[in-house]
Amino acid sequence: MVATVSAAPGRKTVPGRRPVRNRAERRRRLVALSMLAPVLAGLAIFFVYPLGASIVYSFTRYNQLQSPEFVGLLNYRYLFTQDPQILGAALNTLWFVVILVPVRIVCALAVAGLLSRARAAAGVWRTLFYLPALVPPVASVVAFVFLFNPGTGPVNQLLHAIGIQGPLWFNDPNWSKPSLVILGVWVMGDIMIIFLASLLDVPKELYEAASLDGANGPQQVRHVTLPAISPVLGFAIVTGVIAALQYFTEAAVASGVASGKATVGGGTAANLGYPGTSLLTYTEVLYVRGFADFQFGYASAMAVVLFLVTSVLLVFTMRRIPMFRAGGAA
Amino acid sequence: MHHPIARRVATGVTAAAIAALVLAGCTSTGSSTIADKAPDHLKGTVSLWHFFNGNNAKVIASVVKGFEKKYPDVKVSVHQGQDDEKLQKAIAAGQPIDVGISYSTAIVGSFCSSGAFQDLSPYIKRDRINLSDLPTAVRNYTEYQGKRCTLPMLADTSALLYNKKALATAGITEPPKTLDELKADGLKLTTYNADGSIKTLGFNPMIDFYENGAGHWAPMIDGPWLSKDGKSEIGTSDAWKKLIQWQKAYVDEIGYDKLKTFTSGLGQEFSADNAFQKGKVLMEIDGEWRAGYARDQAPDLDYGVAPTPIMTGYGKYGASSITGNVAGIGKGSKHPELAWALLKYLSTNTNAQVQMANGVKNIPTLKSALNSSKLQATSAYQVFIDAAKDPNTKTTPATSDGASYINTFQTWWAEYQQNGGDLDAKLKKLDQDIDNANALAGP
Repeated sequence: MVATVSAAPGRKTVPGRRPVRNRAERRRRLVALSMLAPVLAGLAIFFVYPLGASIVYSFTRYNQLQSPEFVGLLNYRYLFTQDPQILGAALNTLWFVVILVPVRIVCALAVAGLLSRARAAAGVWRTLFYLPALVPPVASVVAFVFLFNPGTGPVNQLLHAIGIQGPLWFNDPNWSKPSLVILGVWVMGDIMIIFLASLLDVPKELYEAASLDGANGPQQVRHVTLPAISPVLGFAIVTGVIAALQYFTEAAVASGVASGKATVGGGTAANLGYPGTSLLTYTEVLYVRGFADFQFGYASAMAVVLFLVTSVLLVFTMRRIPMFRAGGAA
Repeated sequence: MHHPIARRVATGVTAAAIAALVLAGCTSTGSSTIADKAPDHLKGTVSLWHFFNGNNAKVIASVVKGFEKKYPDVKVSVHQGQDDEKLQKAIAAGQPIDVGISYSTAIVGSFCSSGAFQDLSPYIKRDRINLSDLPTAVRNYTEYQGKRCTLPMLADTSALLYNKKALATAGITEPPKTLDELKADGLKLTTYNADGSIKTLGFNPMIDFYENGAGHWAPMIDGPWLSKDGKSEIGTSDAWKKLIQWQKAYVDEIGYDKLKTFTSGLGQEFSADNAFQKGKVLMEIDGEWRAGYARDQAPDLDYGVAPTPIMTGYGKYGASSITGNVAGIGKGSKHPELAWALLKYLSTNTNAQVQMANGVKNIPTLKSALNSSKLQATSAYQVFIDAAKDPNTKTTPATSDGASYINTFQTWWAEYQQNGGDLDAKLKKLDQDIDNANALAGP
């Protein structure tokens, strides 16, 4: 009762105050929303809509020129049971995820480690190692295929001069993917520079303390360096895995140039995967189905599956990286 | 179910999906009716989208000028360098393209069945266009399932190019006419370095070398592609099987690894380092465009051209494969009569065809142009022209998924040439793969 009595006078004032507070709150929300609007609009237009559209189209036969025709699970059935290229392409893509990503990270980390200790001309060395990352991917692939040309390229001529019979590199199904890994290492400057910044940020006191505790070099790396840079390492792994799952440009250009039939426009689809189907990636098949075979419904089904696989892989990866866990290193 | 965020995401995705369906459903098929009589006077601006660039684009521009001269009140707005992908996207997005030119017959199935290019039959009937001036194969590749939505605009044929000096030095007096002769001459012309590697190759049998491929090799055996109901006939064809066996035996005789090593070191096909132009490969199957490249990049090359060699009992000597550029009226055309006039001029005007063929160095697609005295035909170029006129010259059939079945066959063949295996079982699987892909694409 007391409460009721004491609250009674308030009743008069509360209805009067609430609109003021609500208006202020509403205005605050409106301001926040208007600031967020560009991002939300971008997200809706460039992520939610394409995702939704891809899901819908994946259940249709659609060539972009006619209305989509609902075909149920036909595209998914073909994808999982009949497409003769899909398994090979998926395995090639997986190869890049499992080999290319770790190799690039290890090499970038090693170079960053060396550069972080450079005493003389540090700027020059950093520039030299970063520079290849600025070369457009198409140009760097073309240059590499010419450098590694088995007949006329300087690499094999150099190997020949020292008595080694060089491989066919981009023309050999067994060497084409490793050749692209070499290219990937050459252009590792993008992640190397982030590693370098991170390494330079590790407090020196930690190393001194570890040293006083008797930790040797490898132990310092394991117990001081890696935990300290784990957020950056996590970032490199996650972005690397995503990029490898969508690996396209380097493989497509390498196939076109190495096949000796590099061209623009018509005919590019026919060369994808060369030599054999060793460089055929999942996204290349997706591209061919969509833009050369006019099967956007099927290409959408492939895109949906890629999205799901990427999501699962990322969740799996992120759960194993401390920075992404609640209360992790970050 | 109790997570508001998940519910909101689900709602958003559903909304987007519905929007996508609604938007997709808005695409029209673009049918239109035409006037009973062709307009007496044409006036306005008509757009022309084509893929040509550089000098070839200048040739098209000069032909367009001829059209504008014929119709002084018509202006052509030319959009050059627009490849098939851009053309398709533009039409799908509702761009009012009046006339579009594609470099590939692979789009005919898709563009005709979808209505992306309008049905030309009413115009052809109204204006009494005589299509018998088109070679049969050309007529075939410009329509799909009886629907004519394109007209041809220059074509490509293939033939055997040979290095005259090398053949003479080896004592070969005339180019091979059969596959047996081709192999014998090819092996005779092949020379080796001291370490056993290939120095010069008489003929490169690798199926993925330059213009080698199922399409250009089909005339060797008059090979069938698809049945009338769209099923693959490759795997059950005795002719294809024999050609594949011939090619594999040829590769194995020289050695796959040796050939691969040699081929890997050759220059790009469309560069001055082309292996035939450089004298590293002495005979090759190539298209008529090589004459233009050789003239510009290897003026001292003494070469001859002969019809594609054939397998005795299967192929028809003199015939070739033929494909080419196609042109149509976009479904969103705002000026269909102007578009038709331009298309008609480009495809059925003999002088325009000759002018384009002389400039671009491709094959004209009218019999009258093929026989024209104004056509600048060297003896080498004449072989390709004769191939276009040959009644046995064939094209690859159109499907709604473009050249997918040819690419599947090509990939299959490259794999077989390297790894071999049970040919019958592999051919059966090839047919299955092609049929499955065609079923997925639909009619």
